Amino acid sequence: MESLTLTDFEQKYYSDLFAYCDTDNTKKVASNGRVLDLFRAAQLPSEVVLQITELCGATRLGHFGRSQFYIALKLIAIAQSGLPLRVESLNSVKDLPLPRFVVGKNEAEARHAALYQDTDSQGLYPASAAAVMPRPPGRVIHNKKGPPPTTSLPVHEVIQPLAPSIEPQPEPTSPVVSPHQSPPTSPQSWRKHKRQPSGGNADRQPVVAPAGAVWTQFREPQAVPVPGEGMWPSHSPPPPGQESWVSFTADTPPSSAIPGMHPSSVQESTTIRTVASGATTNEIQRQTSGYDDPWKITDEQRQYYINQFKTIQPDLNGFIPGSSAKEFFTKSKLPILELSHIWELSDFDKDGALTLDEFCAAFHLVVARKNGYDLPEKLPESLMPKLIDLDDSAEVPDQAADAWPEMNQNSEQWETFSERSSSSQTLTQFDSNIAPADPDTAIVHPVPIRMTPSKIHMQEMELKRTGSDHNHPTSPLLAKPPELSEEAKLPSSMKFVAANAVGDGYSSSDSFTSDQEPITRQRSHSGTSPETLKVVAPPPPPPRPHASHSRSSSLDMNRTFAVVTAAGQPPSSAIAYPPAVPPRPLPTQSSAPHTGLRGEAEVAPGGPTVLTTTSPQIPQQPNFADFSQFQAFAATDQPSSLPDVDIHSEPGQVEKPSEGAGPLRTVKSDGQADERVPATVSSAKCSGSGPLGPPPKPVRRRLKSEDELRPEDEQPGPQKSNVIAAVLATQPTIPRSVGKDKKAIQASIRRNKETNTVLARLNSELQQQLKDLLEERISLEVQLEQLRPFSHL
Amino acid sequence: MAVCIAVIAKENYPLYIRSLPTQNELKFHYTVHTSLDVVEEKISAVGKSLGDQRELYLGLLYPTEDYKVYGYVTNSKVKFVIVVDSSNTSLRDNEIRSMFRKLHNSFTDVMCNPFHNPGDTIQSKAFDGIVSGMMVQAA
Repeated sequence: MESLTLTDFEQKYYSDLFAYCDTDNTKKVASNGRVLDLFRAAQLPSEVVLQITELCGATRLGHFGRSQFYIALKLIAIAQSGLPLRVESLNSVKDLPLPRFVVGKNEAEARHAALYQDTDSQGLYPASAAAVMPRPPGRVIHNKKGPPPTTSLPVHEVIQPLAPSIEPQPEPTSPVVSPHQSPPTSPQSWRKHKRQPSGGNADRQPVVAPAGAVWTQFREPQAVPVPGEGMWPSHSPPPPGQESWVSFTADTPPSSAIPGMHPSSVQESTTIRTVASGATTNEIQRQTSGYDDPWKITDEQRQYYINQFKTIQPDLNGFIPGSSAKEFFTKSKLPILELSHIWELSDFDKDGALTLDEFCAAFHLVVARKNGYDLPEKLPESLMPKLIDLDDSAEVPDQAADAWPEMNQNSEQWETFSERSSSSQTLTQFDSNIAPADPDTAIVHPVPIRMTPSKIHMQEMELKRTGSDHNHPTSPLLAKPPELSEEAKLPSSMKFVAANAVGDGYSSSDSFTSDQEPITRQRSHSGTSPETLKVVAPPPPPPRPHASHSRSSSLDMNRTFAVVTAAGQPPSSAIAYPPAVPPRPLPTQSSAPHTGLRGEAEVAPGGPTVLTTTSPQIPQQPNFADFSQFQAFAATDQPSSLPDVDIHSEPGQVEKPSEGAGPLRTVKSDGQADERVPATVSSAKCSGSGPLGPPPKPVRRRLKSEDELRPEDEQPGPQKSNVIAAVLATQPTIPRSVGKDKKAIQASIRRNKETNTVLARLNSELQQQLKDLLEERISLEVQLEQLRPFSHL
Repeated sequence: MAVCIAVIAKENYPLYIRSLPTQNELKFHYTVHTSLDVVEEKISAVGKSLGDQRELYLGLLYPTEDYKVYGYVTNSKVKFVIVVDSSNTSLRDNEIRSMFRKLHNSFTDVMCNPFHNPGDTIQSKAFDGIVSGMMVQAA
């Protein structure tokens, strides 16, 4: 035997062919049947074949050893290229194209397929298993050559993956994916093609034809649609797995067989590539084990899963309860134990319900299992619904933030910051998942559909917030003043508003924080100035953090409000500005929920009482006047007047506290607020009615002074900043003016006092609430004692 | 740390029982069975004030010469029993509590699985994993 030198590709190809022919797997002897078929597939005249066999020494040996087989193949190649058959030409011929077993193979395959049909499916498997189709290293050829074997490959491919008992195919030897031509359209046609056998029968015929056409597209030399088509019917007795899958999805249209066909469809797309590349079996194996690389869900699969999800739960963002999921997956006829395991893997958040992503993951696992793949111990990454968690954590703060209309940018930042801190990890995962969502790749990361506030939504909300921020400078002020002015004119209406605001304030304590802000603002506003509820919407600061900021912002607001009022608005309105105790009310509100119900009950009676109390507050007008005087003082650099104002307002304020000591805490707080509002001048003194705000705060504020005002304007909240900006705008000459030390001092004093009043009012309100709570507690304890049976030891 | 972990249903039949030295399993089964009496006694004792929250963790049920038995009962009368080797430097109570907490959590996850029928033996791999984690350190 002449030594045979083969190129690498030839070596591989020949070894594949040998393996293919080596049904007995002896690695030495090739069955004659296969070999003969193969040779016939070479489209050579039979005498040539005989000659070849003679030359390679098979006739001598009586069988084809590996070397004989290789020689034979090479001779076939030589013959196909038209060269005379010579032994010496074995090594002499360079650049010999690989032997082409185009049509012949197909025929052979068709015959095999027929055989398979006849024989049991089991017969198929061993054959197919052994049929490691030689993969003509088409990639070497770089043209659509060597298609023939690939046409037959699909047969095996289809059959193999479907057979649960398939022995593992040899790992891909050739670079599986070397799609020189991977026509995007073909896969679909292939898929349809494949679907036919397992799916609707009716569609088979029509699909076969176009598929055949597509097929020919890729196989230049071929005009073998017929054999190809012939093969398809051979696919019809698909492995039982597919059929069972079909029955599973019997209620779904044939298209739903896609997932069942997924392995085959994947193979199809693979085959198409392999048509070009020639690496069929390997690719197919890879595809069928389609989940190896990634347990990735292709687009079609995903769409199918989504459709299935919709049949159970029309809302894509909703859940599928466990019971319906159980029914659904039981239809797949997998053992309960496995279904249980799949459930454990896919129910990521362990809530007993499946979201869309969880459902897709579960479905994918079921498909995999049905096709013979073992379930993983852990959920593969590509199936993990990370986004859901992220979005949930991101949603809540966003929603809350969004709910606060005047959320300033700062608070936004705070919120986002808190989000990040709390869900940093999930957030990163979220990003990593979302990022690679390019449609081109077959990889489809679970796209969070369930999330209601999606990223876009978040962005929208942020935009809204920022937009609102921008609007705030004017809107709150504009909106509020008119209201307040109107109310000022109508005390009754004011009272009504006040009552409502108060009621709302308390009821809002029950509602989520989102409502608290505006309502508390209103309440505080109403409390501050019954006549002029101009509350300029003190920006409701974020609930917990940055209380200091809020305080400072409130201070700023107070200051700005005062300034604004001084800017020429009616004195009452000026008083109205002082506003609300934004930061504190939150904790008040949060604690209030416990007493919220009671508060509400009390509010009702409180409403009318508020009305009554507001009336006595009307006489506080003079305080307003004082305030304006104060403003005038400020303008005229008469700080000395401040103490006068304080003194003047003090008695009035003293009265207020006494009034406030009435049963209604709201009234009291309102009274106090009113006191403070007008008596911004009277800082600590007025707050003497109630516990003063922390003294250090005003001091700090002083230190901060105007310079900090500006930066703080940014911090507090859009509203506050807006207000402050507006105030600043209206106060051109205020504090910044150098050289006007007195003014600066007065301004800072004013601010501090405002802060004091606000804080003091807040304090009093809180204390009132505390009292009420204690009373409630006592009453409840008494009831408990009465109700508790004496057996209690 | 545990030598044997058992989950017993409300009707006092085992839902899951696993011991580490697999050869002496019967002994542990017997131990768990006898511990059930102690569990019953404990939960009936606390029942005087029904409104009061019964402590889920029952603590040391009884010590034997070789090991100690701890109990934990859920609100649905599912009992967890952990048998710990006495030779082990006695685990702190907190550790035992945390073990029970983990058991309870994974048991809840198992119950959430719609494919699991309450009353069936627990065949969840995740649950097995948790239990193995707790038992691996033993002996």
